[in-house]
Amino acid sequence: MDIGKDLVAASATPLVLAILGEGQSYGYAIIKRVSELSDGELQWTDGMLYPLLHRLERKGYVKAVWGKSDTGRRRKYYRLTPAGVKHLKGQRRQWETVDSALRGLWFAMPQGVTP
Amino acid sequence: MNENSQLEQRIGQWRNYLRRRQAVDAVDVDELEDHLRSQIEALSESGLDEDEAFLVAVKRLGDLDSLSREFAREYSERLWKQLVIAPGAGGVSSPGFRDGMVAILLALAAAIAMRLPELFGRHLSDDASNSFYLRNVSLFVLPFLAAYFGWKRELKATRWLWLAAPFLAAALLMNGLPFKPGGHTEALSALHLPIALWLAVGFAYAGGHWRCHEQRMNYVRFSGEWLIYYALIALGGGVLMGFTAFLFQAIGLDPEVLLSEWIMPCGAAGAFLIAAWLVESKQSVIENMAPVLTRIFTPLFALLLLLFVGTMIWTGNALDVGRELLIGFDLLLVLVLALLLYSISARDPKAPPSHFDRLQLALVLSALLVDVMALWAISARIVEFGFSPNKVAALGENIILLVNLGWAAVLYLRFLTGRIPFAALERWQTGYVPVYMIWAWIVVAIFPLIFGFR
Repeated sequence: MDIGKDLVAASATPLVLAILGEGQSYGYAIIKRVSELSDGELQWTDGMLYPLLHRLERKGYVKAVWGKSDTGRRRKYYRLTPAGVKHLKGQRRQWETVDSALRGLWFAMPQGVTP
Repeated sequence: MNENSQLEQRIGQWRNYLRRRQAVDAVDVDELEDHLRSQIEALSESGLDEDEAFLVAVKRLGDLDSLSREFAREYSERLWKQLVIAPGAGGVSSPGFRDGMVAILLALAAAIAMRLPELFGRHLSDDASNSFYLRNVSLFVLPFLAAYFGWKRELKATRWLWLAAPFLAAALLMNGLPFKPGGHTEALSALHLPIALWLAVGFAYAGGHWRCHEQRMNYVRFSGEWLIYYALIALGGGVLMGFTAFLFQAIGLDPEVLLSEWIMPCGAAGAFLIAAWLVESKQSVIENMAPVLTRIFTPLFALLLLLFVGTMIWTGNALDVGRELLIGFDLLLVLVLALLLYSISARDPKAPPSHFDRLQLALVLSALLVDVMALWAISARIVEFGFSPNKVAALGENIILLVNLGWAAVLYLRFLTGRIPFAALERWQTGYVPVYMIWAWIVVAIFPLIFGFR
């Protein structure tokens, strides 16, 4: 199954914020976590995560600090800021509204829809 | 181990490749590298060998064009090349920061040198000191510029001596010769000394390798950019002075002394160093401006000159031979030479002849034509009224420039017909530089003797 480009783009911000809601993390781990959560269905082009993270940092939703990995490599960690928590809550409400609207339709509709 | 270093090498290449993208910062590359390495480790653990792991990891990061486009969207300011001089990136010990500190200290020293004569009773505001300042002003500033490049190019001790020689000679000449205050020869010497010393600074700029053709061309490029930066700084300085006047007048004080004795002379002196430092540090960061201006003004000046010749023939009006005419035509030739020089300095010597080259030739030829007409008119006047220092100097300069441009036109013609490579034109120009220097020294040192210091 291929998830459409627009949907991938739209869901990227809430996904990243929600994953950081679980605790501070870094780029590679965030991508791994997304893939885990979606059973590998949601595939990002890895590099694209970084401009997104930087955008969130500029908006003040996340804060980045340089730290060290277990092997001693320089690594940039991100964590949510209070503004990010607030934004995540807003996103959550929006997605839940979309989700429940669709759910209502899915429920009333048999699997094979015919035109 | 061997395989590992091969991987390191490939990661290094990848880094360099990514680093070339303007929108991607070194810090971003670090972050992406951490990602790449994590991915390679994970893939290696799952059984891929390092080569495959590297390829897969790079592929997953995505194609670099769209990645850098995405970065560019987030960091649009990075596409405007910034000439940042903040110590942030390299810290206090970085070469860039040290360079800036030296430049600022030397600029301060030049500013102090401007004010130093006040201690010895030579007041800038005093009309009696005009002659002293006129003769010595380039000695207050240019030695510091020479010192800056001497320091920057790490000149050897013997070369420092060579560098100091023209400045010492100039100091002795300007203050030892019995100039008549306000005389023509004094003004001429004072006017030509900066030219002579500017070329001496070129010795330091080239790190002592002043015979080297490429170094001379680099100094020509530097001079053009320096002039543009200086003009920009002067523009800013004008605004600063305007506000100084406005603010102090607003509280009923007269800022005249502050402006004309402190801000103006010290600023003008310090800006010499600051402009030089900016040109040095922006090299290869920002496009050179002089060749861009050349591109804009070469066709316009060619058009102007042709229009002028056409009008003169059409109306039959002769040149009005006045006092300033010769100097005006000298300046015109200097301008044409500058247009020629900066288009040469920016041109790829291996490129075939283009329309712009033909345009350049048209400009040079029309300038020569106009100048020959002017020379014809002026010679008659000189024959009638005899020689004066000013006329001889202006005439000498005209001939020097005429010879340069005349031979440049011949070379251009031969280049356009495919008989010689473009490099010959460059060599002619860089080889001609000593002629300017020798002439400048002649006017500085010999003219006063010939014309009896009048």
